[in-house]
Amino acid sequence: MPPSTYAPAVASGAFTLTAWIVVLPLAGAAILLLGGKRTNRWGHLLGCAAAIGSFVLGAIVFFSLLGKPGDARSYDQHVYTWIPVPGFSADAGFHLDQLSITFVLLITGVGSLIHIYSVGYMAEDENRRRFFAYLNLFLAAMLVLVLADNYLLLYAGWEGVGLASYLLIGFWQHKPSAAVAAKKAFIVNRVGDVGLSLAVMLMYTTFGGFAFTDVFTKVSAADRDTVTGIGLMLLLAACGKSAQFPLQSWLGDAMEGPTPVSALIHAATMVTAGVYLIVRSSAIFNASPNARLMVTIVGAVTLMIGAVIGCAKDDIKKALAGSTMSQIGYMILAAGLGPIGYVAAIMHLLTHGFFKAGLFLGAGSVMHGMNDDVNMRHYGALRKFMPVTYVTFGLGYLAIIGVPPFSGFWSKDKIIEAAFGQGGTSGWVLGITALLGAMITAFYMTRVMLMTFFGEKRWVEDDHGHEPHPHEAPGSMGLPMIVLAFGSVFAGFLFWLGNSFQNWLEPVTGHSEGNVHVNSQVVGSAALILVLIGAGFAWQQYGAKQVPSVAPVGSLATRAARRDLYGDAFNENAIMRPGQYLTRLLVYFDLKGVDGVVNGVAAGLGGTSGRFRRAQNGFVRSYALSMFGGAAVLVAALLLVRG
Amino acid sequence: MNPDNYLYLSAILFTLGALGVLIRRNAIVVFMCVELMLNATNLAFVTFSRMHGALDGQVIAFFTMVVAAAEVVVGLAIIITVFRTRRSASVDDANLLKY
Repeated sequence: MPPSTYAPAVASGAFTLTAWIVVLPLAGAAILLLGGKRTNRWGHLLGCAAAIGSFVLGAIVFFSLLGKPGDARSYDQHVYTWIPVPGFSADAGFHLDQLSITFVLLITGVGSLIHIYSVGYMAEDENRRRFFAYLNLFLAAMLVLVLADNYLLLYAGWEGVGLASYLLIGFWQHKPSAAVAAKKAFIVNRVGDVGLSLAVMLMYTTFGGFAFTDVFTKVSAADRDTVTGIGLMLLLAACGKSAQFPLQSWLGDAMEGPTPVSALIHAATMVTAGVYLIVRSSAIFNASPNARLMVTIVGAVTLMIGAVIGCAKDDIKKALAGSTMSQIGYMILAAGLGPIGYVAAIMHLLTHGFFKAGLFLGAGSVMHGMNDDVNMRHYGALRKFMPVTYVTFGLGYLAIIGVPPFSGFWSKDKIIEAAFGQGGTSGWVLGITALLGAMITAFYMTRVMLMTFFGEKRWVEDDHGHEPHPHEAPGSMGLPMIVLAFGSVFAGFLFWLGNSFQNWLEPVTGHSEGNVHVNSQVVGSAALILVLIGAGFAWQQYGAKQVPSVAPVGSLATRAARRDLYGDAFNENAIMRPGQYLTRLLVYFDLKGVDGVVNGVAAGLGGTSGRFRRAQNGFVRSYALSMFGGAAVLVAALLLVRG
Repeated sequence: MNPDNYLYLSAILFTLGALGVLIRRNAIVVFMCVELMLNATNLAFVTFSRMHGALDGQVIAFFTMVVAAAEVVVGLAIIITVFRTRRSASVDDANLLKY
């Protein structure tokens, strides 16, 4: 769709259900949070019902959309006027099209599965009801984000998911590490949010409004540099929310949250909001090649950073978090390529949503069986004890490293092809980066797989002296893993079959074949060979040899990767310390300067009056003398004046 | 007789009274010196009345006498009370009310 023809119809019939998709989880969150302990007994059931209900509504809307022709699948539903002020108005309204309904189905679908999983995972937790309330709150905010028909409402949803993420990372706030991780995620996200708010303001001054209709139709007439500025601010926002370089540091720590949270928010949905934002704003990025170039650079850098970090972590969730970072780097890279890559970005986002959520749920299941130990060096040989987890995790593994015919192969291949298809030097650089990333992905995922499910037992007792007794998780946890494994296996192929996904999304994002013809068989085979090399190298390191249960010191590169490539150290020294010095300087100035003046005046007055007080010595005759003196002065003054 | 002389006398009496107030310690003497200053001013009022041929000065002199009489009553009462409690009529001994 050329952006100038953006003209959604008014929603009617089944499409008016759009608002209810958001209302259901919002109501669930409100009931569970306001109802308090009274709802403890059935809170988790209500939470699941809200999520599943929302998914059913989304599916109804989806099938209604399918019944319409491709260019008539765009609807706006005005809900109410949010801020009615003369000369300025912000509406709360929802926009329905192929892109938003795709996200709705992903969010509510994976969300429902993870709600079901959490029933079992959080069964022992006395705050399970609050957990479900936050999950519902997250769903509502995320749905507002992807359904909003203007950037201001999108911003509200954007902040809402940030809040939900904060609450859920810090869900076990009695652990200081969780509380600190939640704060870190919130603060780093804030940097990105500043970018989004600046973008919204710039849109208002440039286009006279922030509704999609205003922005998309007027962007072609706007000043190029302003559009580039808006694009870069949107990129900053995407960097914060999607853990992209240079705001990537929070995602690893976010793994302190309960595992379902890591699966839903920090793998499948919220962290992909940045990709959604860029693809949704395709009109802006299409108009600014410079902003797109920055997007691809950020994507490529993060792709490598995430992959390298993933290689060194012994914590299974942190290894997966590095992988998430890297995979979202792929999506951002693809989104930055413009119309060549938008479809590939969203397609990888969906398949990643399936297999990464599945991998995290598998990791949660493993932790469940291993006394909540997350160190992979304490696992080993679990495939015999947890067959369901082993198979589902294994299918997710095959999907993420891109073995045909699993999901990841189709979507990642499209991104690599799109990168080469861009042509020119940047096309070669990005394409080769993506290929190398695929090799590293194969390495670190094989490492996770081998350390967890193969080799010798390296189990250790927990703090209370309990031997781990690995066992298969209860059914409510197994079912979502199996469903997601199906997604990991078939989704990519279904999307690829007959170009169905591309045809579906093309009216929204547009599509171009690229400047250079790419032989997809050559690229696909190259990727596959690199994947085999990566996996083989991991086998040689972790399969053929005994895995030490205490991490060896490692090379310089390993040590750097274990410390997130010194991301935290850099932030601390470049930003936190100078900031701290600045605040200390200000505090010093306040104490010594401002307070000094105020206290000095008071002390000066006090001291002076203390000295003058001595004149009140109690001797009547001295008072009389001063009276006479005063009278004499008065008389003298009068005489002088009248002279 | 030149009325200026009365004014000179009044000034001398006032100065004597003022010096007595500042120099003497005995409360009775200080008190009498105050009376002396009042009477010096009375003399000046009456003299001015005579010089200008108006009665205002004489009227004010009567006022002064009335006020002085009242003041003597209160003042003497205070002096006697102070003397009873501290066995001293010195104004320097009554110096408790200070900073």
